[in-house]
Amino acid sequence: MTFGWGVFKGMMVTLKNFVTSYACKRDNGGIFTVQYPEEREKEFENFRNFPFLVYDGTPDKVRCVACGICERECPTKCIHIEMETDAAGKPARKPAVFDIDYGLCMNCGLCEEVCPFDSIFMDCAFEVAAAERLDGLVFHKKALLKSNEYFRKVRPALASAIDQKRKAAEEKKKAQAQPPEAPKPQ
Amino acid sequence: MNRILGFFDQIFVSAKAWLLALLGRFLPDWVVVLASIVISGVVILVMGAVIMMYLTLLERKLLGRIQNRYGPNRVGKWGLLQPIADGIKMFTKEDIIPANADKIIHLLAPIVIVVPAFMIFLVVPFGRGMTAANLNIGLLYFIAVSSVTTLPIFMGSWASRNKYSLLGGMRTAAQMISYEVPMTLSVVPVIMMSQSLSTNEIVLAQSGCSGLHWFIFTPWGLAGFIVFFLCATAECNRPPFDLPEAESELVAGFHTEYSGMKFALFYMAEYMNAFTLCGIAATLFLGGWQGPFLPSWAWFFGKTFILICVMIWFRGTFPRFRVDQLMGFAWKFLLPLTLINILVAALWHFLPPVWAWLWSALILVISFFILVKLNINFVPEKRVYTLES
Repeated sequence: MTFGWGVFKGMMVTLKNFVTSYACKRDNGGIFTVQYPEEREKEFENFRNFPFLVYDGTPDKVRCVACGICERECPTKCIHIEMETDAAGKPARKPAVFDIDYGLCMNCGLCEEVCPFDSIFMDCAFEVAAAERLDGLVFHKKALLKSNEYFRKVRPALASAIDQKRKAAEEKKKAQAQPPEAPKPQ
Repeated sequence: MNRILGFFDQIFVSAKAWLLALLGRFLPDWVVVLASIVISGVVILVMGAVIMMYLTLLERKLLGRIQNRYGPNRVGKWGLLQPIADGIKMFTKEDIIPANADKIIHLLAPIVIVVPAFMIFLVVPFGRGMTAANLNIGLLYFIAVSSVTTLPIFMGSWASRNKYSLLGGMRTAAQMISYEVPMTLSVVPVIMMSQSLSTNEIVLAQSGCSGLHWFIFTPWGLAGFIVFFLCATAECNRPPFDLPEAESELVAGFHTEYSGMKFALFYMAEYMNAFTLCGIAATLFLGGWQGPFLPSWAWFFGKTFILICVMIWFRGTFPRFRVDQLMGFAWKFLLPLTLINILVAALWHFLPPVWAWLWSALILVISFFILVKLNINFVPEKRVYTLES
């Protein structure tokens, strides 16, 4: 038996929401809409979709050696690779053609996992809408190549781990190339 | 100071008078009289449409804010061009008529529903000397015309040949007819006090105390206002009384089978009804255009828009009534309360001021509590059977 008191209580709740929508910030009762193209939420570091190719320094220093493991592993077969050949027809351990059909790609990330050369990684690009399927969504080598700096920016933790691993491997290789001097016989 | 206020107060009246004087130089007298009618008519038609368009925007904005989001804010600054974009969209929509519909009545219903919505504007006093037609039976005219609104809604629902429409139409008929009774009765104390049916006279009866001698500041006025406002909300089918178009139960009720501009006309009538009913409520109980410091039309529109905001606030707050609750509220609660209110108004008239305040407030409060008590439905207690172990 409240004699209509609940009506006023309910109206006060909506009034409070109305006032806080003007007065308060998003986290303590204000408007929670994010007006997408102008404002956007911070991306999570582990958010990943659509693979890209990493290069060191300049775009011609591609890490990819066109081994084709990712092409074979890809469940949707959206990757197409052709190896570059030099003038003598000898394979140059570099991709001449590297296409990924983003329309087919299902963002599983298997290519990232199988790549032994730390070349292909998942990006966090989600604004890839296009009007034409073939023109807009099939990404060629030029569009796929992104610098290591970009990779560090997008996924800092993974990128630094990969960098350390590569540096260690390089040092080890160097050490193997110059074998330490044999201890002098006494 | 007073001269500036007077100028702004009469700015629309003097603009019309100036225009008519200008026409009177070139044209015979009867044309000027005709022109006067046409000017008032055109102003009402344009104002009705514009008010309706921006009420939709206001409603969407306020509802958005109540639900902690922005309303429309993309088309123009603060979404101010949104109603125009909506209007253009409505004009480009396909007009669909169901195959088995009664085509003539289906076409006629949305046209007929706009007519009473516009006709009520005739007796609304927008400001000092700004009533389009100063009828001496203005209030009676308002009650008569607003009750016509039931008919086109039922026409539309019947002609659509759709079960949801028909259910909506049935509900409309039941709801609007029953809510007209307490609405009319809640107006009676105002007529008794101002001793006139003319809306202008009623506003003038609330002058004094520098224009703050409003009827709502008396016990019977407050009770009458609350009853009238609730009935007005029910009359224009707004939530929580929106059973005729309950979208979760009846698709869209009586306008399920309407599209394009016909649907827009139903919408338009609904919003114009909301505006005029709020305007009449402001006229009868909130002193109409009476008020200090501001021009009279500013007072009128301010009060009306506050009432409309309250209606929108209702919509943002309350869930819909059940049909039996709706009917019970009208017949078992509002109707006895209005009858008591009429008696209280008579008592107020014959008692000396302080005693009048005391007695009328006491009677109304006690009767309110008694009516609430009587209205509580008998709900048998749940029996719980315990199993013997």
